[in-house]
Amino acid sequence: MSRRFASSIGAALVAAVVSFPAMAGQARKPPPKSAAWTVPHTPWGDPDLQGVWNDATSTPLARPDGVSDKPVLTDEEAAEFQRELAYGLTRDRRDGGAQADVNRAYNEHWMDARRLTVTKDHRTSLIVDPPDGKIPPLVPLSPERQQARAARAGAAARFAAGLPESHEELSLAVRCIIRTDSPPYLPTIYNNDFQIFQSPGYVAIAPEMIHSARIIPLDGRPHIRSTLRQWLGDSRGRWDGNTLVVETSNFRTDDGVIFQNADPATYRITERFTRVGAQTIHYEFTVEDPHTWTRPWTAMIPWTRIDPAEQMYEYGCHEDNFDIVHLLHGARIREKNGETVPKRNPER
Amino acid sequence: MRRRFRRVLIPVGLGAASVLVWLVVTATAGQAPAAGRFPPYKAPRLAGHADLNGVWQAFVTANWDLQDHEAQPGPQPEVMGAYGAGPAGQSVVEGGEIPYQPWALAKRKENFEKRMMVDVTDDKKWHDLGDPELKCYMPGVPRATYMPFPFQIVQGSGDYILIAYEFTSTTRVIRMNWKKEAPADAWMGWSRGRWESDTLVVDVTDLREQTWFDRAGDFHSDALHVVERYTPVSPYHLMYEATIEDPKVFTRPWKISFPLYRRMEEHIQLLEFKCVPFTEELLFGRLRKQPSRANR
Repeated sequence: MSRRFASSIGAALVAAVVSFPAMAGQARKPPPKSAAWTVPHTPWGDPDLQGVWNDATSTPLARPDGVSDKPVLTDEEAAEFQRELAYGLTRDRRDGGAQADVNRAYNEHWMDARRLTVTKDHRTSLIVDPPDGKIPPLVPLSPERQQARAARAGAAARFAAGLPESHEELSLAVRCIIRTDSPPYLPTIYNNDFQIFQSPGYVAIAPEMIHSARIIPLDGRPHIRSTLRQWLGDSRGRWDGNTLVVETSNFRTDDGVIFQNADPATYRITERFTRVGAQTIHYEFTVEDPHTWTRPWTAMIPWTRIDPAEQMYEYGCHEDNFDIVHLLHGARIREKNGETVPKRNPER
Repeated sequence: MRRRFRRVLIPVGLGAASVLVWLVVTATAGQAPAAGRFPPYKAPRLAGHADLNGVWQAFVTANWDLQDHEAQPGPQPEVMGAYGAGPAGQSVVEGGEIPYQPWALAKRKENFEKRMMVDVTDDKKWHDLGDPELKCYMPGVPRATYMPFPFQIVQGSGDYILIAYEFTSTTRVIRMNWKKEAPADAWMGWSRGRWESDTLVVDVTDLREQTWFDRAGDFHSDALHVVERYTPVSPYHLMYEATIEDPKVFTRPWKISFPLYRRMEEHIQLLEFKCVPFTEELLFGRLRKQPSRANR
């Protein structure tokens, strides 16, 4: 197996694994149109998006450096790209020693097989804008936000060393508070299913990951006031032709809990759901936050309809979160044994 | 002769029926309706069925106790004052009492006494102690219906109806006319729906055995089977009934019922009650790093 793309992909994967909901990729093509297929409508006249959909892919959110000149790959290149991405995501890797090997084997148990395939359009990033497929540079952050980021990085380092000081130092995902149920929806290791329900005046999206449904009013009502904020924000939808457009704001103000550590005061996300065929929705999202990125950016992830017989299951994350006790109990034992957090490399 | 009487009796019967309708209609027009009774009502249609869409809420105090209960102080009045106190309420159980087997009645009492205790140090005993609500678990069925939080029914034209509850952002999918077995047990169970006239009947099985019915310690086993009935009785009310069957815990099936009220605020929407952060200190606080002696 060639390692043509490996070094740069490796770095991208490490980043993706560490910051849990932080993956995804790129290339805007007109939706493929089949002559026979037209968008179905509900009895009350809305485009029909109902069904269970899956967004898993290994195509990364941001384009790896090794393919920076190639927004779209040939069939052969895509096969190689897919192999290398899968290598990074699975137990096939053997680097890092026995402990890392055991961790990967554990994670393999959860792995959604669809997570190991690149998008059918062979893009090298889910990001379609900017055209380089990268997340735009950060704007200069205020000292407070730099401090907050440093504090979170410290907590993440203690977690990585198996020495978290308390449950508060664990990520929202580990604490089963928020996972990929908060927009933007990004593929991850498992539970990549979304069930869409519609009723007159509403679209509801229920992710399998945890169980927070977003019930999106379409009646043109204003957002809740800015004094009221939520982990999943506050969503309002409308139809633009056959596309469902959802705008979400009012995210909670605990800095760092939302996507890519954006500033909740100014962060907004616009999602566009377009059914482009019987089996496919194009899910496109644009995030903007002048306090975080130098420009808005957009990604597109294809959602594939899954067999109705393949049901969504309840994901009782917190209810059986034995892990959190094991993590904290283990940390206290490590402390007793005198283990400490390795000094961080100041270069990183 | 019989035949002759029948000809007379039918018109008399029809006459009596129309008098009854007239009585019901006039008795309810222009005055407050008698509690618990609704005039005849035909719900609006959606794709051929009664339309149950809306944000609904129960206003009973059954989450404190399904059966009769007096107002009660909270568990730590020296800290909570009147904040933690529970309201009084009448039983929502048909006949008043839950028909427990004798051993189960003792277990209920023990549950209540230990409702504020938790022990997560042993995976095997993780769920043994304490009210699941205290620990922010998905509340199960039927408890989710009478938690003091709204829930929303999203009903369209497909085979699936979503019920989303504000409490801990719980959701549950009603699979219409689902015939197959449940693939796994779940905190909110496996719900199969069907229509009986305007009533949505939901048959719920495969509920996790660790949920409770209320803060009073009312409980069930893994054999719990719940049949719910949601019947629109006015534009603003659904009548809710749940028949609860569990031969391991009760001597016979029993039933609860109460109305659900449509939340009428303009722009009503479910907000978040993600309670995991509210219970973490109780569950995991003891595993916090202790300040070292040198720093004390």
